[in-house]
Amino acid sequence: MKVLILILAYLFLAPLVGGLLSGIDRKISARMQGRIGPPLLQPFYDILKLMEKETLVVRRSQNFYILFFLIFMIFTGCLFFTGGDILLVIFALTLAGIFFILAAYKASSPYSFLGAQRELLQSMSYEPIVIFSAIGMYMVTKSFYVFEIISFKTPLVYYLPGLLFCFIFILPMKLRKSPFDLAASLHAHQELVSGITTEFSGKALAMIEVAHWYENVLVMGFIYLFFAATPVIAIGMTLAIYFLVVLIDNTFARVKWQTALKSCWITAIVAGMGNIIFLFFMAR
Amino acid sequence: MFWVISLIVFPLISGLILLGVRNDFARGIIVKIASAIICLSSVRLLTMHFPRESVFFPAEFIFAGRLMLFFELMMACYIVYKGIKHKRFLTVALASLQTLALVAFEIMFKGKVRADNNLFIDKLSIIMALVIGVIGSLICVYSVGYMRDFHEDYRKEVKDRRRSFNFLQFAFLSAMFGIIFSNNLIWLYFFWEITTVCSFVLIAYKGTEEANNNAFRALELNLLGGLAFVLGIIYLYFSSGFIELDKVVAIGKAGALLPIVLLSFAGLIKSAQLPFSPWLVGAMVAPTPVSALLHSSTMVKAGVYLVLRLAVVLQGTLCGFMIAFIGGTTFLVASFVAISVSDAKKVLAYSTIANLGLIVLCAGIGTYEAVWAGILLIIFHAVAKCLLFLCVGVIEHKVHSRNIEDMSGLIVTMPKISIMMQIGMAGMFLAPFGMLISKWAVLKALVDYNPLLAIFVVFGSSATLFFWVKWMGKLITVTNPSERKENKIAWNQWFPLFALSSLTIIICGFFPLVSQVLIEPYVKEVYGQAVTMSRGNLVIMAIMLAMVMLFPLSFINYGKKVKVVDAYLGGANAYNSTQFYGALGRVRDMEMKNYYLEKYFGERRLIKFGSVLCVISIAIMLAILI
Repeated sequence: MKVLILILAYLFLAPLVGGLLSGIDRKISARMQGRIGPPLLQPFYDILKLMEKETLVVRRSQNFYILFFLIFMIFTGCLFFTGGDILLVIFALTLAGIFFILAAYKASSPYSFLGAQRELLQSMSYEPIVIFSAIGMYMVTKSFYVFEIISFKTPLVYYLPGLLFCFIFILPMKLRKSPFDLAASLHAHQELVSGITTEFSGKALAMIEVAHWYENVLVMGFIYLFFAATPVIAIGMTLAIYFLVVLIDNTFARVKWQTALKSCWITAIVAGMGNIIFLFFMAR
Repeated sequence: MFWVISLIVFPLISGLILLGVRNDFARGIIVKIASAIICLSSVRLLTMHFPRESVFFPAEFIFAGRLMLFFELMMACYIVYKGIKHKRFLTVALASLQTLALVAFEIMFKGKVRADNNLFIDKLSIIMALVIGVIGSLICVYSVGYMRDFHEDYRKEVKDRRRSFNFLQFAFLSAMFGIIFSNNLIWLYFFWEITTVCSFVLIAYKGTEEANNNAFRALELNLLGGLAFVLGIIYLYFSSGFIELDKVVAIGKAGALLPIVLLSFAGLIKSAQLPFSPWLVGAMVAPTPVSALLHSSTMVKAGVYLVLRLAVVLQGTLCGFMIAFIGGTTFLVASFVAISVSDAKKVLAYSTIANLGLIVLCAGIGTYEAVWAGILLIIFHAVAKCLLFLCVGVIEHKVHSRNIEDMSGLIVTMPKISIMMQIGMAGMFLAPFGMLISKWAVLKALVDYNPLLAIFVVFGSSATLFFWVKWMGKLITVTNPSERKENKIAWNQWFPLFALSSLTIIICGFFPLVSQVLIEPYVKEVYGQAVTMSRGNLVIMAIMLAMVMLFPLSFINYGKKVKVVDAYLGGANAYNSTQFYGALGRVRDMEMKNYYLEKYFGERRLIKFGSVLCVISIAIMLAILI
């Protein structure tokens, strides 16, 4: 019963929170750039408008992959917010991401193809850090289950500062922001057009957008885990980190994929693995 | 005992019959009947034996020992003859050295060296028997059609030696059954050598310079492994006074570690771990059914099978850690290298090496969780990888290329094959399919044992994700639509493909049952405790599987409520989605190529790097023991 309520709450609240976060992001970004910016609810208006548009496709089956991207993204979130096994959450998230990438491949247009390749490269770049975080949390709490991880008495960040740093490092990648907005960009970019989403329109684009909201909430949930022992501080920290990412988005230029891959893996090895090694020898 | 002996002997007899039948059609029928019998007997073995504990058979035949010795000498003579003919003196030296050592050993202790139980059967052998029996027989059926096409393609270049091909295939199956049922290590060694020789002859099947060279490289390395095996047996006999596998496991760490390490060393070579991996990549010159049967699904599994058997002894020792390190390095390096190659069979070869590395990693750690994960990997990998090899075999024949870049649009030209390939690939890396379950298990096992080893798995599996998805994407990308090429594929090729695709999905669905009936009892028998996935996670996996299976349903809506437009080509489209106006208004074709990242994951450099690491760990291992 409790699980059912959690799932329902997640289904309705996550897009709401995700959309609001996106609205706040756009507002703050605009202020940082000296503009007034769109109304707070603009992301929702966008979705409503997209729903009414005609659906154009290049290949007739490309949108099926998008539908499954959305479905699996929601499924992943349900797994996470009902306290499931964090490794399974990560694997399900990967599965969802792969549907998105395959959709872009399927569209068979050079820009979406390029976007798909880069998105894939980014998954390869951040995947180690996400799994290291799960391993780190297991080493501290002795459990892979989210519900046991949040009920741990001291904030995990005391034990896992390196991993938190890693996670913040890849956050722009997961939230599709500069300096790692290689695969898809909201802003005009010559070589990429809009990358992975180039060939999607109408309802399909709306689905992608909503799936991203779900994903953003899930990713911020991950950040929450690092502070979960004190919920109020945890929510504050999560929002603060979101603000930090928006700030980074507005201050950094986009990097090349080589830099993205190298920097992610080096961070993973130095800060992530370093943190785990430290924990391992402390535990002895 | 009847079933065990008949599984070992029957394939050999069928092979001998096939050697005598000249008519292609008749041979095809015999192959199918024999394969069906082998497949059914291995299933029968399961239904008969699974409720019971391990069973040991004395199986003392008066002439068995001498007969084996005789055949070993024959094989050695054959290798020496081949070696002299091709001026490969290293081969000659290795072959004579190990045969002399074994013969001298057997003559010196004539009559004294005997095993109480020559054969045995337990849960792990049943699992292996199913893998060999079911997958092996499917490949045999497939190869009937494949080899006919193969000889049509290479009518001039390659001499038609299909009779000996069939014979070797079946003799090989016999030897594999021999390996998994032998308790007497001398018997095991005998069958082990047969697989080495079969592999050598089959790799050289094309008879080209390249094929011969690669065959000799494979042979030399495996003979080195064989030599280690013989030395291991002799040392074991001197130090402990027995030559049985069950006793080795039973006395565990009380016995000497050196023979165990020597046997594992033979296993590492057989399953192509670094620095010995190049032989397996070279072996890809063989016809595709050979690659599927010997070099991905069964023979190379014999190596990890042996190491997994010895895992309980290796557990917690420094040598075990070193073996785990070698496995981990191999997994990491081979997965990276697979990113940078575009030859489909090579990608499959590297992915095979990587997965074998993962199993070796599990075996080296040797905790009950790790062994459970390792056995799971053997099963899932055998099915999915075999499917992929067989698909690539068909594609190679139809498209006349093995390059992944030439496979774009396969979803239009060969829809069924490309869907099966995607099932196989999903089976290799995607949740909720088999290999991912295993990877989950490996991660858990590693974290409990030593999280530092997890670095191999974490980075390696990210790379795995990259090279599989980009291949999958290539299959579904359509650039220039062309006609179907799928007709004229014989049903004896379709049938194994269908069967393996369904098996990939079914095994995933029935994985809890497989685990509960076969793997857990084995682990429990050896370690006294077992591990399993929790019920909640099983349910989640099942839901995910069901959801993924719903995906094909969405094609009911194919083309409805959408408007088809051309792809965006910078606003310069000419005629259609695939051509555009380039500079000076010339119409150009659009091209899309995958990333191979050769600068970072270049084959030669990484293999060299990995080999150095592994050689160092082997040296450390030997330094501890001697």
